[in-house]
Amino acid sequence: MELIVFVLASAMMLIGAFGVITRRNPVHAALSLVLTLFGVAVHFVALEAYFLAAVQIIVYAGAIVVLFLFVIMLLGVDKAEDLQTEPLVAQRWLAGIAGLGLLGLLVIAVSRGVEMLTTRAEGLATSAEGASGDANIQQLARSVFGDYVVAFELTSILLVVAVVGTVMLARRRVPGEA
Amino acid sequence: MPEPTTLSYLVVAALLFVMGTVGVMVRRNPLIMFMCIELMLNAVNLSFVALARELTDINGQSIVFFVLVVAAAEVVVGLGIIVAIMRNRSSLSADDMAELAG
Amino acid sequence: MTWRSWRARHMTNLVWLVPFLPLVGGLMLIVVGSRIGEPRAGWLATVMTAASFAVTVAVYFDLLGTPAEERSHVVTLFQWIPVGALQVDFALLADPLSITMALFVTGIGSLIHLYAIGYMHGDPKFAKFFLYLNLFVFSMLILVLGENLLVTFLGWEGVGACSYFLISFWHTRNSAAVAGKKAFVTNRIGDWGVMTAMFVAFSAVGSVSYKAINESALEGTISQTAISAIAVLLFVGACGKSAQLPLYFWLPDAMEGPTPVSALIHAATMVTAGVFLMTRVGPVLTSSYGWVPDTIAIVGAATALFAASIAVAQHDIKRVLAYSTVSQLGFMFLAIGSGAYVAAIFHMITHAFFKALLFLGSGSVIHGMHHEQDMRKMGALRVAMPVTAFTFIIGWLAIAGVPPFAGFWSKDEILLYVYADNRLLYFVGMVTALLTAYYMTRQVIMVFFGEARWNDAATEHGAHGDFRPHESPKVMLVPLVVLAALSVVGGAMQLPFSKDLHFLGHWLEPVVEDAERSIKGTWAYDNKYVLLFAAIVVAITGILLSVAVYAKRRLPTIEPKILENAWLYDATVARLVGGPGAGVFQAVTNFDAKVVDGAVNGAGAVARGLGTQVRRSQSGFVRAYAVIISLGTVVVLAWFVWRGWLA
Repeated sequence: MELIVFVLASAMMLIGAFGVITRRNPVHAALSLVLTLFGVAVHFVALEAYFLAAVQIIVYAGAIVVLFLFVIMLLGVDKAEDLQTEPLVAQRWLAGIAGLGLLGLLVIAVSRGVEMLTTRAEGLATSAEGASGDANIQQLARSVFGDYVVAFELTSILLVVAVVGTVMLARRRVPGEA
Repeated sequence: MPEPTTLSYLVVAALLFVMGTVGVMVRRNPLIMFMCIELMLNAVNLSFVALARELTDINGQSIVFFVLVVAAAEVVVGLGIIVAIMRNRSSLSADDMAELAG
Repeated sequence: MTWRSWRARHMTNLVWLVPFLPLVGGLMLIVVGSRIGEPRAGWLATVMTAASFAVTVAVYFDLLGTPAEERSHVVTLFQWIPVGALQVDFALLADPLSITMALFVTGIGSLIHLYAIGYMHGDPKFAKFFLYLNLFVFSMLILVLGENLLVTFLGWEGVGACSYFLISFWHTRNSAAVAGKKAFVTNRIGDWGVMTAMFVAFSAVGSVSYKAINESALEGTISQTAISAIAVLLFVGACGKSAQLPLYFWLPDAMEGPTPVSALIHAATMVTAGVFLMTRVGPVLTSSYGWVPDTIAIVGAATALFAASIAVAQHDIKRVLAYSTVSQLGFMFLAIGSGAYVAAIFHMITHAFFKALLFLGSGSVIHGMHHEQDMRKMGALRVAMPVTAFTFIIGWLAIAGVPPFAGFWSKDEILLYVYADNRLLYFVGMVTALLTAYYMTRQVIMVFFGEARWNDAATEHGAHGDFRPHESPKVMLVPLVVLAALSVVGGAMQLPFSKDLHFLGHWLEPVVEDAERSIKGTWAYDNKYVLLFAAIVVAITGILLSVAVYAKRRLPTIEPKILENAWLYDATVARLVGGPGAGVFQAVTNFDAKVVDGAVNGAGAVARGLGTQVRRSQSGFVRAYAVIISLGTVVVLAWFVWRGWLA
């Protein structure tokens, strides 16, 4: 059962990724991205990260991709890219080499490293162990608001800064104003 | 039936990552390049969560939480920049933004 | 500690005042010299030098009060160069040799300062002259009082620079400016020798202090090749400074400077710096290969003969004395080469007395003759200038080697040691002594005796009507008298008759004992009275010959043109340097410009070229950058995986 879920979710993910990098129309690419994100969310559920799966859907697929679509609309939907030509010399060849190389090395590294993994912490709280259904959220909350509360506060500041900065950046200059 | 092991998750994540990398190098539309970067971030998130389960450590998931937040902020700022740049140009291609040549 | 030794340490610690006082005088003259004007500037300079002399005398007496083994005091003023292995202090060494040198430098220096007040009367640059003179005395004292080669070298260069200033003092005269340049450049060749010697000394011994070098030479802790290299290089320096044969030609032209300058620098002090340096490193000379002292002796003897032969045919009153100085310096080096350090110093002192006397006397003559210097236009001056004539005659007798005047004793002492070393060189020395007596008598006769030839010259010098040479003012005559007295009694320092009379020898013993040759038991030592007598005979013969030629006109004058032109040495050197020499210099300059500068500039050009090539990668295309980053990541990852660091 788990294998089927794995295979399906991986297929969603990889097909979506393939779509992102090959679709000419940016709207199609954005929708492919949504497919990938859903695939990742399913993986999260399979890996017992329930809260993160939810957050992934809400934030990534719900907010970020929508933002992408807004900007695509703003800047012109009909501007499809010409994928036949490649102005930079040998770009695709080099990209292919880099990609294959990276893939090979990552797989080797990962397969070698996996044997050395050992259990470290007291364990993930899952509902299978008889804890309540909110066990994952509780444990995650305890970690974020306990061990990493400073980082949490900083990220909230970061969000505010990002929003304010972007508003300033993207503002249309009113004539008569610096 | 063989169960998917941590290794399989990591390999799949690696594959996703590589596809994102190749996408950044090959596509010219800045928005799509951004989306490919999102792919890479997702691959990393997947790796973290897989390893969090393997090591039964909640810290892996905490990291993903923060990555998510920062990725959101980054998208906001990045898109704002693209909007600001593209306002005065007609074409939507990263190759035309080459003023910082040496 | 007894009161005597306390006082000795106390007084000797003030030895730094000796060079300091003339320095103060010079600095004061820089600031207020032109304001206080003539003659106060002159008196200031003289008083400073005389005060320096007084301090030197005080130090001398204190050294006398200490037992002989302890007569070497080092007074460190400050740490000069503390750079890793090279530790050089600015230190002064007060020992018999340096105090002896300081005594006659300051003593004769004061007398010449006094004389110059009269001689330079009316000169517009009066104060500047005394400024240079004081700076010169300062440099010379640093030279002789230096505890190590570097301090001595500081003084060495200082006297070279002051010599240049003073020779070209009347720089509006082209010949004076050229002569100054010539002196400086020739000295520079010698300076190269001293510098290289310092480098060798530092690399072999690890120090440039005399004590360290001499001790290493005696104990044999450094190779004989290194010792010989140091000796030869220092000798090259001495040849430059003391006008020995390859590098002598600057000295006759240096007569362009005012006469007090010729007296002080080119007779009594600067030119003796080379002899002093050789004596200082005496142990190095004796520990080197045998041919080194032999070469020094041969060069000295050759120079002596060469210069004496030229002096026979010179007409300018100062040039005769200049060549005579070169010749007498040759004698001193001959002495050093034969191991007779005490005799060399003895001759240096007596030579300082009578040569300064002769120069000052000739200056008095020039002054009285309204700046006429050609001897053919003088004559019978003993009537018009009696004191000058009397003192000059005493100087003449001293240099000719007539007993009991000072020059006889010192020259005889040298010849004694030379005979014990090398008979051929003794013969050369005797011939030179004969020539010395001959040309000096010639000079005296031409200037002070015979008929007055200056009436014919009267109109040439724009003399007003009745031209009569006159005696010089008292301020110029007093130094003449003092020097004459010294030339008479100076020989008492080192009389050969018995060991007890060797005052100078005993005094200098702690300094030269490791280097001085002992001639006890040689034929020369046992038969010294025979050699003494032979020297007297040679001197008298020279005088009589000259009288016969110039006074009685019995024999014809032999003054061949080639001798007058100094064996064409100067012209040959000029041709060599100007012709092939200039070619070599140009080649060296080209090498420096093309190869050395080219290498440096080339490095810059290579960097620039590389940069231009690398710059092409900055295309501005973000995707290209992304590719490069990815490829880089692949490489790094491959490295890590291959090394097994990831698993």
